[in-house]
Amino acid sequence: MRIKRWSYITLTVIALAEILVPRLFHADHAHFWFEDLPAWGSGYGLLSCIAIIKVSKLLGKLGLMRPENYYEPYER
Amino acid sequence: MSPMNVDWVHPGFVLILGAWLVPFVTGATKRWFLVGLPAAALVDCMLMTPGTYGVMGFLGQEVVFGRVDPLSLVFCYVFALMALVGMIYALHVEDDAQHMAALTYAGSALGATLAGDFLSLFLFWELMAVSAALIIWLRRKPEAVAAGFRYLLVHVFGGLCLLGGIVLHWSQTGSLAFSDMSPHAGSAAFTLILIAFLLNAAVPPLGAWLPDAYPEATVTGAVFLTAFTTKSAVYTLIRGFAGTEVLMWWGAGMAVYGVVYAVLENDARRLLAYHIVSQVGYMVCGVGIGTALALNGTSAHAFAHILYKAVLFMGAGAVLQMTGLRKLSDMGGLYKTMPITLGLYMVGAFAISAVPLFSGFVSKSMVVSAAGESHHAGIFLLLTLASAGTFLHTGLKLPWYMFFGEDRGLKAPKGKEPPKNMLVAMGIAAAACVLIGVFPSLLYRHLPFAADYIPYTPRHVVATLGLLGFTALGFFLLLKQLDPEPTVSLDTDWFYRRGLTATLPLVEGALARVDGVVAQASDWVVQQALAMGEWLRDLDARVVDRSTVGLGKLTLAFGQGLRLVADGNAQHYGLIMAAGALAALAIVIFG
Repeated sequence: MRIKRWSYITLTVIALAEILVPRLFHADHAHFWFEDLPAWGSGYGLLSCIAIIKVSKLLGKLGLMRPENYYEPYER
Repeated sequence: MSPMNVDWVHPGFVLILGAWLVPFVTGATKRWFLVGLPAAALVDCMLMTPGTYGVMGFLGQEVVFGRVDPLSLVFCYVFALMALVGMIYALHVEDDAQHMAALTYAGSALGATLAGDFLSLFLFWELMAVSAALIIWLRRKPEAVAAGFRYLLVHVFGGLCLLGGIVLHWSQTGSLAFSDMSPHAGSAAFTLILIAFLLNAAVPPLGAWLPDAYPEATVTGAVFLTAFTTKSAVYTLIRGFAGTEVLMWWGAGMAVYGVVYAVLENDARRLLAYHIVSQVGYMVCGVGIGTALALNGTSAHAFAHILYKAVLFMGAGAVLQMTGLRKLSDMGGLYKTMPITLGLYMVGAFAISAVPLFSGFVSKSMVVSAAGESHHAGIFLLLTLASAGTFLHTGLKLPWYMFFGEDRGLKAPKGKEPPKNMLVAMGIAAAACVLIGVFPSLLYRHLPFAADYIPYTPRHVVATLGLLGFTALGFFLLLKQLDPEPTVSLDTDWFYRRGLTATLPLVEGALARVDGVVAQASDWVVQQALAMGEWLRDLDARVVDRSTVGLGKLTLAFGQGLRLVADGNAQHYGLIMAAGALAALAIVIFG
């Protein structure tokens, strides 16, 4: 699985760059304290992705998702 | 002055009036005409200079058809450009009605953008609703007709809110000028007009019409629909309701709402439709923040959004056209047969996901930064979360299940590249996405407000790459859970698709009585009409027929007499003519 290995290497490089770059270049400042957490974007991205999938699927199972023909008997 | 005069030609009228010429142009010129019309409108827009044009008096009020200023200009540019791209995409369609509806629709969006007063705004607002409903109906399938009626129902309601608000505003202020509404905040007129604008911007709970209707339109019609209604509403929100704080939270909620529904969606174009809702959420949020940077961000994002969303809808539409499939659960493995479509789709997907060097990166981040600069941490976090969700669906889930994933044997001849004109249209829009992303100043120099913004800072670039990269990691870790399921999702359209049907039996008695009275009244009218018809028929038989018969007999007798003379033989006529000529000659010589 060469693709898998390279993907993990790329992700590691991105996370490291995110930790180092703001410390090397001071071109711009953060708006909020949490943006200065190490690898903030990477961590928030992973958390967001998992949260969106889990919460949406939960809402779907709780009643948002209906069979495809749900509206059919009403729209003849 | 009229809306058309020598120094100013209304680009909307070019499209709306030009649409009526479409059926009269045939053959090879037709394609040139269909492309030339929006191209002319685009050139017209680019030649416009700020000022007030097309002012007419109506009921003692000034009706302004042409308010040209930096804000209306930037929307006009992208609307006209989109009309051109959409028309190229639709060139292979041999259905004049669809072309006419699309041109009218685009033209009325330009009209609403240039309207300087509420009357002309209302005029184009309604024209936009009707022509959009036509675009949906023209798929000519029962489900499209039903969706078109639901679309019209909702937009007639919105139009009535707008009209009510306009009348109230007129009676309170004595003016029909459409400008900043904040001095009237809290009034009924303010609220009604805001509701109308929010409905067209597809803001929940008023926005279920969008994912309901757009995927039911034709492949080419849907591309037009994605651009104009919501973004002209965003324009009117900037114009009238900038800085209305409730919009900030509502917009941020909307950005997340669209993403949540996209997780559950199985229909490719409906998934993309929920992402229109999500992206317009950023714009509504920017209107609510209301700073110069936020409003510039909203304008820039609307511009970029129209182009990349067109690429995405064109890509999904190309797959639908070539395979007949619209559900993700039926697709897979199309990268082999439709590689160009895949490549162009991915440009749109990277743009909407705000990948650096693509247009979304330089537009969306303005709104997010504006939230940061005005210290709204909650908004900042919600919008960033929605960014991750956007990449998750349009950048990962949809291409994964459509083009990669399990190969379901959708090989040629079913899956192959779409017609050339469709690829060219996708190519133009995709090129614009890259151009804006690489050279943001091309877009920034047209933005209406004074605010400097630098998108490419080291921190911004690496944080974005981190966000996107680790969203992708989350996607592949949870891939099993994302498998599309053949379901529909409950949204607020439930109330008029099922709720209303369920409540009808409850009011049946009262309705039946009303119906009875109406039926009796109409019966009486019909009876009178029938009696009148009877009398007319009698008159016809007695007088008209008899005289006609008499006239006919006379004609017959005359004709029979004439037949003795004129027996229809050409040589006899020739002989008579020759005899006549000889007689005339004899008279001249010997007379």
